[in-house]
Amino acid sequence: MVPLSYYLVLSGILFACGVLGFLIKRNIITIFMSIELMLNGVNLSFVAFAAHWHALAGQVFVFFVMVVAAAEAAVGLAIIISVYRTRETLNVDQVNLLKL
Amino acid sequence: MTQNPYLWLIPTLPLAGAAINGFLGRRSSKTAVTTIALVFPGLAFALALWIAFGFSSAAAPYGCHLAHWIRSGNFSADFSFYLDQLSLVMLLVVTGVGFLIHVYSVGYMAEDPSYYRFFTYLNLFMFFMLMLILANNYLVMFIGWEGVGLASYLLIGFWFTKDSAASAGKKAFIVNRIGDFGFLIALFLIIQHFGSLNFTEVFNKVQPLGAETSGAGLLTAIGILLMVGACGKSAQIPLYVWLPDAMEGPTPVSALIHAATMVTAGVYMVARSHVIFERAPIALTLVAIIGTLTALFAATIGITQTDIKKVLAYSTVSQLGYMFMACGVGAFSAGIFHLMTHAFFKGLLFLAAGSVIHAVGGEQDMRKMGGLRSYIPWTFLTMGIATLAIAGIPPFAGFWSKDEILWKAFSSEHGSWIYWLIGVITAFITSFYMFRLLFMTFFGDYQGAQVDAHGHGTHGHEQGVHGHGEPHESPAVMLVPLMILALLSVVGGLVGIGNGFEHFLAPVFGTSTETAAEGASHGTELLLMAVSVTVAVLGFLLAFVLYVSKPELPKKIAASLGSLYDAVLNKYYVDEIYAKVFVKPLVDGSTAVLWQGVDRKVIDDTVNNAADGARHVSDEVRHMQSGNLRSYAGWIAAGAAVVIAYMVWRGVGQ
Repeated sequence: MVPLSYYLVLSGILFACGVLGFLIKRNIITIFMSIELMLNGVNLSFVAFAAHWHALAGQVFVFFVMVVAAAEAAVGLAIIISVYRTRETLNVDQVNLLKL
Repeated sequence: MTQNPYLWLIPTLPLAGAAINGFLGRRSSKTAVTTIALVFPGLAFALALWIAFGFSSAAAPYGCHLAHWIRSGNFSADFSFYLDQLSLVMLLVVTGVGFLIHVYSVGYMAEDPSYYRFFTYLNLFMFFMLMLILANNYLVMFIGWEGVGLASYLLIGFWFTKDSAASAGKKAFIVNRIGDFGFLIALFLIIQHFGSLNFTEVFNKVQPLGAETSGAGLLTAIGILLMVGACGKSAQIPLYVWLPDAMEGPTPVSALIHAATMVTAGVYMVARSHVIFERAPIALTLVAIIGTLTALFAATIGITQTDIKKVLAYSTVSQLGYMFMACGVGAFSAGIFHLMTHAFFKGLLFLAAGSVIHAVGGEQDMRKMGGLRSYIPWTFLTMGIATLAIAGIPPFAGFWSKDEILWKAFSSEHGSWIYWLIGVITAFITSFYMFRLLFMTFFGDYQGAQVDAHGHGTHGHEQGVHGHGEPHESPAVMLVPLMILALLSVVGGLVGIGNGFEHFLAPVFGTSTETAAEGASHGTELLLMAVSVTVAVLGFLLAFVLYVSKPELPKKIAASLGSLYDAVLNKYYVDEIYAKVFVKPLVDGSTAVLWQGVDRKVIDDTVNNAADGARHVSDEVRHMQSGNLRSYAGWIAAGAAVVIAYMVWRGVGQ
């Protein structure tokens, strides 16, 4: 039996990787993937807790997160395509019209 | 107190007229404006007449409670109305003369582009004046008091595009403010010591107090402060300076507000507070002295003025001085009697002067008139009657009331022969300058055309009257009010025969103490009467000699008097002295301390520095909004990290 803490540490590492990737990467698609990474890091901690406490709720949460993530991916990719079409780049540093 | 449920309608009707014309007048036709403007004050007058016919001295005073207003602890002031003999006289004068002047204005203002605005203000004035008269406590009276001041300001500055009119309005308002300050403090004293502003309650509490003969006390203080208020409104020394300037307004306004009604509010207020004044002999003496001096002072200025309205303005100040003198010697009913007759003949004089100005195309300088009696016979006739009335020729109205005042000034317990003497001298001067006005305007040759030939042209002093031409008689709508007022100026004094007027007002003022002694001094009274008639006739003769038979004489006399004449011509330089002593230091001080010191250095700097500070801070902070998505994300992550760190730390702490 793998102890709970292992899962949590792995989950933390995944989440931290996601945050780091989000902050460092310039390509929107990579940033998008980093978000997925963060979500799945959290999902991992959910299922770990659910198994540890023998509570089903955690697993249900995971399904919710996956559904929302799928929907978000659809919308997000659509936005990315539209950004690329108008600006011909996926570099976020060049998508900065909302500045003062 | 008898209830009269219709009393509140009297002031409300003109208010309704003012509201309708004020809100809708701009878009309404002139006929509609005229109808509204005349019907509502007319209804008020009809109602006043109806109440007057049903008035019984046994049932008086009448009361009418409209609404609660201020309820604070034991103090209360309500919208309540009160009608006794005194307010009934005022009510009839204000609604009656007021209505006539409304009718006259229809003709006089016919061509003014702001026709509806004029009648809105005029109706508004009627509302406030009636509030003032019918109030049953000092606070409602004060509403009316301030309101008539507002209406006066609006109407003096009616032609506000003219600089002199705008500043005359301001002057009237500011000078009145000084008087109102005294009035207000008197009200505060009354509240503090008697716990009420209701006339009946206050006077019931004052009644048992003894007269302050040995020295000045509370009642003297209240009396003097009330008098300061009255001095402002009724244009007495030292606050009279606004009234002559108020002639910048349209002539019907001068007639209604600055001669017949509003300026008598001070006299009415003093008479209304007679219970207080009777117990404060020092205040009463002060009223008499101020009144007497004002009467003489203003009359002397009246001699030299050449503007027809200015002469009448100084004459008004002088006549108000008579009323003050009457109140000051304790003859309140004589003061109110003169107030009433004065409303008739002075209202008439102003309206007739308006008719003259109308006839000669806006000219107000009497030197450019003359010989008008053949052109405008009806105006001449009515103005002649008014002049006879104000000069005190029997049996016209002014004779009875002025003689009553002079007799009371001589005989009453507060009176003295000095008051009488100055009063008689003033009567002589009054008669002189009034006949001077009449002769300069209506006799001799017409001077207007001659001036035109020299190419000066007569500039319309008043807008709204049509261009120059042959002098012509005014339309009937203006002449009928003149005739009615002329009739009243003839017969209005007859109510005073046999002390009838005094007996009518006796329930308000109490029976005068010297009724018993009157029989013995009847001979003296007749003698004094003969003296005042004689001086009136002398005034007439002097004016006739100087301005009809030897018209070159006045210039010689003026030249021989030299600087004295100049001083009188320039109104004793009072305006200049006020400007030096009060206005200039005030303006300079305000500029240095209030404007440059407080306003700019403190208030402006506080605001500006706060704004500058905010801008500097935001200059720094706005760099955070770079548009760079990753830096936003960084801030979010950092924020989340801080929140998590805090929560972990709190969790550990527990």
